[in-house]
Amino acid sequence: MAGTIQLEVVTPEKLVVSEEATIVMAPGAEGEFGVLPGHTPFLTSLTLGTLRYRDTAGTERCVFINGGFAEALPDRVTVLAQSAERRCDIDINRAKAALERAKKRLEHPEDAFVEPDMDFERAKAALARAQTRMSLAETRRNVAMQ
Amino acid sequence: MASLKDVKAKISGVKKTRQITKAMNMVAASRLRGSQLAMESFRPYAEKFSEVLGSLAERAGGEAGPLIVPKEQVKKVCLVLCTSDRGLCGGFNSNAIHAAEAFVKQQKAKGVAVSLVCFGKKGRDWARKEKLPIVEAHLGIMGTRIPFTTAAKSGQKLIDGFLKNEFDEVHVGYSRFVSMARQTPLMQQILPIPPIEKKEEEASKGDYLPEHICEPSAQELLEQLLPKSVFIMLFSALLETSTSEHAARMAAMDNATKACNDMLDELTLTYNKARQAAITKELMDIVGGAEALKG
Repeated sequence: MAGTIQLEVVTPEKLVVSEEATIVMAPGAEGEFGVLPGHTPFLTSLTLGTLRYRDTAGTERCVFINGGFAEALPDRVTVLAQSAERRCDIDINRAKAALERAKKRLEHPEDAFVEPDMDFERAKAALARAQTRMSLAETRRNVAMQ
Repeated sequence: MASLKDVKAKISGVKKTRQITKAMNMVAASRLRGSQLAMESFRPYAEKFSEVLGSLAERAGGEAGPLIVPKEQVKKVCLVLCTSDRGLCGGFNSNAIHAAEAFVKQQKAKGVAVSLVCFGKKGRDWARKEKLPIVEAHLGIMGTRIPFTTAAKSGQKLIDGFLKNEFDEVHVGYSRFVSMARQTPLMQQILPIPPIEKKEEEASKGDYLPEHICEPSAQELLEQLLPKSVFIMLFSALLETSTSEHAARMAAMDNATKACNDMLDELTLTYNKARQAAITKELMDIVGGAEALKG
């Protein structure tokens, strides 16, 4: 079907993406799914992962998504994410630091869990988040080198 | 009449006060801009969310989980009171606290125990004074850029408490930002989640749309969405309170600066009069002395 989809990624802090796209691939809770224009209304929860879309110029763009919900309508996709970051906005140094921190926490649980609100589950989630973000940021570097 | 020196000291004192109030006014103005921006960037999320939630809730009907169902007997109520950490913002905190006081009174009359979760130091101080049980106090975050996770963490605790029957109802008291000149304290129930009101235009818009396919089922989705809607209500209350605080402080400091200006005008007049009187008196003395010498 011809046409485009209006893609919007919003988090409580800000509107991350608002753009026309020709295809959107998102990490659904029950598997990754793709949306083309004219999709039937669809609502799903999202897991941690990467949302990919192709803009009208045909460039593939990536957005880091940390869980949330997505609503697909024939001409619109709205993503309500807990947090989201465009690939180009990821700060590699910060991502690395977060990854190190998360690793350390899991290696030395005895010091880490002294912190309030920190438990094993949360530390593991933080590690997964950091890893996803890191690997996404690294793909950006490869693209840049080509 | 006050001596010249006294008046002069007072003038310089008032000038210094004016400098402070002016500075605070400007700081509040710039913070206000920040928190208004945060409020505006949160709005699309909240609006979208309630849209999605509304359409889901409609279909899931009454079987939407324990967060919606009111408890049969309400014995314990938790009040989340949002105030500021610091004063010097006019009637902002006292208005919020008056509203909270009225609420507590009304609940007590019904034989309901009230405990508090306080955001902001002023509310906590009041709760301490009234010897109300404080479940949690968050200090030092009001008026700064509040991260959503704060609302989520605290909201999760409220939900847990609600499910474990620690409280039967949760209300939030906050200051709604109506306009720069008006902030009204409000009480809103957040648990059990009040029924979602649908706007008319939305209802008509939904007519021609076929139902959504849901993954996982609508039921499960709703179960995941409902806690979030509590966080969202809490977060927007915090944002509104923050914005109101800055607006109130701006207005208060503006008034204070104006009052300082009026006072300075008056004092300068007094000073000039006193100086004139002193000069006249000196002249009289000189003339008197000269006359005596001539004598």
